[in-house]
Amino acid sequence: MKGARASRTTIALKLGMAISGIIFLGFVLAHMYGNLKAFAGHDAFNEYAEHLREIGEPMLPHEGLLWILRVGLIAALVVHVYCAVVLWRRAARARGTKYVTKKQTGATRASLMMRWGGVTILLFLVWHLLNFTIGKVNVQGGATNDPYNLLVDTFDVWWLTLIYLVAMLALGAHLHHGIWSAAQTLGWTGTAAKRQRAKTVGFVVALIVTVGFSLVPLGVLAGIITK
Amino acid sequence: MKLTLKIWRQAGPTDKGAIHTYQLDDVSPDMSFLEMLDVLNEQLNAEGEEPIAFDSDCREGICGMCGLMINGDAHGPEVTTTCQLHMRSFSDGETITIEPWRSEAFPVLKDLVVDRSAFDRIIQQGGYISVNTGSAPEAHSVPVPRDDAMRAFNVATCIGCGACVAACPNGSASLFMGAKITHLGELPQGQPERDSRVVNMVAQHDAEGFGGCTNIGACTAACPKEIPLDVISQLNKDLRTAIKHGH
Repeated sequence: MKGARASRTTIALKLGMAISGIIFLGFVLAHMYGNLKAFAGHDAFNEYAEHLREIGEPMLPHEGLLWILRVGLIAALVVHVYCAVVLWRRAARARGTKYVTKKQTGATRASLMMRWGGVTILLFLVWHLLNFTIGKVNVQGGATNDPYNLLVDTFDVWWLTLIYLVAMLALGAHLHHGIWSAAQTLGWTGTAAKRQRAKTVGFVVALIVTVGFSLVPLGVLAGIITK
Repeated sequence: MKLTLKIWRQAGPTDKGAIHTYQLDDVSPDMSFLEMLDVLNEQLNAEGEEPIAFDSDCREGICGMCGLMINGDAHGPEVTTTCQLHMRSFSDGETITIEPWRSEAFPVLKDLVVDRSAFDRIIQQGGYISVNTGSAPEAHSVPVPRDDAMRAFNVATCIGCGACVAACPNGSASLFMGAKITHLGELPQGQPERDSRVVNMVAQHDAEGFGGCTNIGACTAACPKEIPLDVISQLNKDLRTAIKHGH
């Protein structure tokens, strides 16, 4: 084909999704680690939050590294969503006429939920940032300048806990297929054994992330994490 | 066996098309699926109705010409081609829905017949090696490691039937391309054109309107030749390598 460019292909878009997805995975694991500090009590949790803002000082300004990471995450989000939208529209066009009867033989449920699951996670992300970072919403009306107390106040409300638990299930399903899929897109699964390994890693990491994040709201619900 | 058949009928490429229902009362479980359709067509002929158009050629599972969506599975419930599927895979009194492959790159020509020329155009972009013809060279002059040769042979069994595209929720032809990329990429003769092959084939694939792969695996489950999913990993790796080489 005249003028064919590798960087303009659908596979290049998939590579964009895989690399940005791996960046998110790194973030999510670090975030989960920070959340689990809630089990160490009020001071440990808040100190960790403060330390995040002090990393690299005095070489970096206050919150310097945090902003570098934030810019990186925003860039990854733009790439991930842009590639997903382009590929979603292309897939819809490629199967313009639907089947009257179609079975999804060979497909896992998680693999079929990637797009709407991704939209769910994106909507949750908006709420989550309003809740804890940008807006600092405390539905109980308490203080919002104390990260630990805001966390406890939030998860004392059953329906907020429910939103977070559902979101973590969506994230788990997304990672379950997404991690192995990224490995496949990057060309790391050239044999049946490597493919199985990537799928196992995907499932285990997804399980760790879902359980790890859910422990904190469940801990508040169970009265283990209190003010 | 008695069967109720719900079959897609479409007079031509621009016709809207619809599902028609037919009854077939005397089907032998030993008939192949296509023989069952032959019997139905004889019945339709006798009734003065236009017979159902469907593709077939070798009827022994090696040419890739036949291919139908049967009860929502490409080539039906068994891992084989439509022609090698037998009626014993169905039960007496069953309703069977038969549709053509659905892909914007495979336009329906008539009834169950689709135009798969898009695959030919992808192959023309790189599914070959360029060598001078003449007397065959000595086979042992180019040693090929056994494992490489086995992998190349295994994926070279792709018959280009299009079941992967038909089964894929994204309408992607990645398994088809991956099979060819892996087949030629495993062999010494495939190396000189390796980068341009993958770039040109994928560009043609995209231009034909096939979707992108999301690694669901419906393709490999439908493949009558059991081409494994790792050929798509190979395809992605070759494209990534081509990007690195500046293509």
